[in-house]
Amino acid sequence: MTQLTQTPDKGGTDTADRPRGQGSSTSGRMLPLLIKILALAVVDALAVYAVLVLIGAKAWVVAGVVVVVTAIVNWIYFSRRALPAKYLAPGVIFLCLFQVFVLVYTGYVAFTNYGTGHNGNKDQAISALSAAALQRVPDSPTFPVSVVTRSEELGLLVTAPGGDALLGTSESALEPVEATFEAGKAVATPGWQTLQFAQILDRTDEVAQLSVPFSDDPNEGALRTPDGSNGYLYISTLHYDEVADTLTDESTGKVYRDTGEGAFTADDGEQLMPGWQVTVGLDNFARAVTDARLAQPLLYVTAWTFGFALLSVATTFALGLFLAIVFNHPAMRGRKLYRALLIIPYAVPSFLSALVWAGMMNESFGFLNQVVFGGAMIPWLSDPWMAKLSVLLVNLWLGFPYMFLVCTGALQAIPDELTEAGTVDGASGWSIFRFIKLPLVLVSVAPLLIASFAFNFNNFNIVYMLTGGGPRDPSAPIPVGHTDLLISMVYKVAFTGQVRDYGLASAYSIIIFVVVAIISVIAFRRTKSLEELN
Amino acid sequence: MTVRSTRRFTAVTALLTAIVLGGTACSSGTDATAGGEGTGETAATSTSLTVWVDAERLDAVQSVVDTYTEQTGVGVELVGKNVDDIKDDFIQQVPTGEGPDITMGAHDWLGELATNGVVAPIELGDTSGNYLDVAVEASTYDGATYMLPYAVENLAMLRNAELVADAPSDYDDMIAKGKDAGLDSPFVVEQGSEGDPYHLYPFQTAFGAPVFGTDETGYNSDDLQLGAPGGEKFADWLGEQGEEGNLNTDIDGDIAKQAFLDGDAAFWLTGPWNVGAAQDAGIDVAIDTIPSPTGEAASPFAGVKGFFVSSQSENQVAANDFLVNFLGSEEAQLALFESGNILPALSAAAETASSDPVIEGFAAVGEEAVPMPAIPEMGAVFQYWGIAEAEIINGSDPSETWQKLVSDVEGAIG
Repeated sequence: MTQLTQTPDKGGTDTADRPRGQGSSTSGRMLPLLIKILALAVVDALAVYAVLVLIGAKAWVVAGVVVVVTAIVNWIYFSRRALPAKYLAPGVIFLCLFQVFVLVYTGYVAFTNYGTGHNGNKDQAISALSAAALQRVPDSPTFPVSVVTRSEELGLLVTAPGGDALLGTSESALEPVEATFEAGKAVATPGWQTLQFAQILDRTDEVAQLSVPFSDDPNEGALRTPDGSNGYLYISTLHYDEVADTLTDESTGKVYRDTGEGAFTADDGEQLMPGWQVTVGLDNFARAVTDARLAQPLLYVTAWTFGFALLSVATTFALGLFLAIVFNHPAMRGRKLYRALLIIPYAVPSFLSALVWAGMMNESFGFLNQVVFGGAMIPWLSDPWMAKLSVLLVNLWLGFPYMFLVCTGALQAIPDELTEAGTVDGASGWSIFRFIKLPLVLVSVAPLLIASFAFNFNNFNIVYMLTGGGPRDPSAPIPVGHTDLLISMVYKVAFTGQVRDYGLASAYSIIIFVVVAIISVIAFRRTKSLEELN
Repeated sequence: MTVRSTRRFTAVTALLTAIVLGGTACSSGTDATAGGEGTGETAATSTSLTVWVDAERLDAVQSVVDTYTEQTGVGVELVGKNVDDIKDDFIQQVPTGEGPDITMGAHDWLGELATNGVVAPIELGDTSGNYLDVAVEASTYDGATYMLPYAVENLAMLRNAELVADAPSDYDDMIAKGKDAGLDSPFVVEQGSEGDPYHLYPFQTAFGAPVFGTDETGYNSDDLQLGAPGGEKFADWLGEQGEEGNLNTDIDGDIAKQAFLDGDAAFWLTGPWNVGAAQDAGIDVAIDTIPSPTGEAASPFAGVKGFFVSSQSENQVAANDFLVNFLGSEEAQLALFESGNILPALSAAAETASSDPVIEGFAAVGEEAVPMPAIPEMGAVFQYWGIAEAEIINGSDPSETWQKLVSDVEGAIG
């Protein structure tokens, strides 16, 4: 932020003590100090606001983190010793926020059963199960009700189908009372105050929970009012026992227990949904590699993923390098125009161009077959091998401008003297390229090739937009296609259909990350040997 | 999320103000409550409902909810959401307490929402008889009603009345009438390389092969009907249609639309969402029932749109009152109808809306419609269903492919 605090300046207080001649330079230091104080004030104000909000949301841990981080930031910028920290702090904070947190959270999810049916916590699951188990008594009438209160206790004033007024609370069953009627509905009874709609809303939790037994026989059900004006008779089939932590289905007598799997489970293995999130250890990783339905497609998808990434890098690099050499030749006229034209595919968003290509490659109606190939029925996207070729072609179209740019830069950085020296020694053009230019280009481009490999390894966009992974492999037990990469297969397994499995998807993405990381590390080691060449 | 934090912001601001102003703030608060008691039903209340709606319907719903706020004093804050994001955002945000009180949605989300425990049952009470049967059926999952239905939509056959003057009597008649009009491919339906079982379903039901059987609580996932004898007959028929070129997996939604708009096809099996485009293109559109290939009724899936209450909503009473007693009224349903131009779910409103011939046409087809199963197992079915149909259309052995479809689905449901 500012280095001002490094000087032994005590701010504005000692300005008066200094000789007049230095007045201007002191005010020159005053301004940055003021800016610094203002900036920190803004940061602190935001932190105070965040802490208040977080305390309101009862997020104690996050609130604690905010307090500690703010304290450290204040200390760093007011201290006179922590010079390196002044430069590091913003970067480290943003790194933690945007990178470390995401990684740690993905890792955490990989060890949980987070997904469809395991979406919230246990309390939410219990309340959702209990709410769903409330069944309206068959053929029971609708009871017009008024919510009444007496010294904080809530009751329901009910108009029976015969026109009598009944009153009951959660403790006592319905009993006849005298009441005032309005349009056939009992609206008030002596000794009780009738709640207006606005007052009902202010006590919405109590009203929603209010359950008035219809009679002393629990099998006759209890009266509840979901909207404050109509009451219905409900019987609950599930009973939650807080002490034993079990749910009992009272119609069948089946007992469901918390067996640590994140759902209430009966002895015969039947689970009640929704369940809740629990950590499941390495289960997701084990499933990712051992699930019989996934194992068979996993092999050839992995093979194609490596093939696609390698071929994509190789083809785009070859074409990019070739064009770079051509357009770098001094004899070539209009080089700048061509170069500008070549960048166009690079400038079009890949989402868009992949979709446009998908349309052009339609077998019966596509531009390619209809116009370019004169009505031929070339199965660009519907034949397994043609689809693979199409993906590579479109990716080549999208990818070569980048390689072209990179190679042009690398070629121009090679001093002309080297080429001249080669010519003087009598080397042919090919030899000069093979033994001088290519190794030099590779030294500077190799890291980019590795990055490009890693990118294409996870090139979800092109597969998803162009072929959707298709054509589908009809023999595979999961919906996987011949052009699916690992990443798009994971997407299909975890996120399509109505059953989501975020835990499994996270485990997969960690596995993919590890694969890419290992390959990158090995490849970077080998590029070092390239540098030693020179 | 933004909405909630705004609300929190208000709460925090109020808290700070209260601290600063001390006793003054307290006494003014008491005054407000006292005043509220006097004015009865429309008394001011701090209750406010947050409702997620499809961004395209935001304006229409806004005009409807303003009336509710006038009647009850309950504020309704609408948040326009991209329709593709609503379901996933709702499932993820409700458990964290950040979600809305109510969300707009479609009935086929129901199984997923209920399995995740993010929706609360609602009680339609005696009003349930006021809705179209298909709407109430679709709003029910595992014996409990979770959705307040407001619109029903289904496929129907759009006919270019300039090319073919009369409605066809059955499927073969449709093709013959189109050929007589000089068209190479009289009939288009949206498919695509992975097939489209939703659009082929009417023909499948005509062969007597629904996906799942039903019991008293709705669709029963243990009773897979795909493998019924009718299924294979349907598969054979699909193969024939593929051979004759009446069905083509290269035809996706855009190509089908273009063929109909250009007059290259006289019949287009599609939903009400495409009628506007055809009328804008100057085509005299007639809405026919779906011509059956067998003589049995060809029943399309009905999709029902409605509103769900969040299971974590702190305003259950207001949310239920707003949905059942207000959005279930004829005025509200008609107002919503005018925005979307699809059939209202409330019978009385549906009748009023049917004065429009297009709506009437879709409503007539809708009488034969069956709700799309909302059970989560449908996800597994859809994974294999379309691809198997696409393969049959493209010439693989019908009965073999169909049997594989049945066994794949059985395997996936487990």
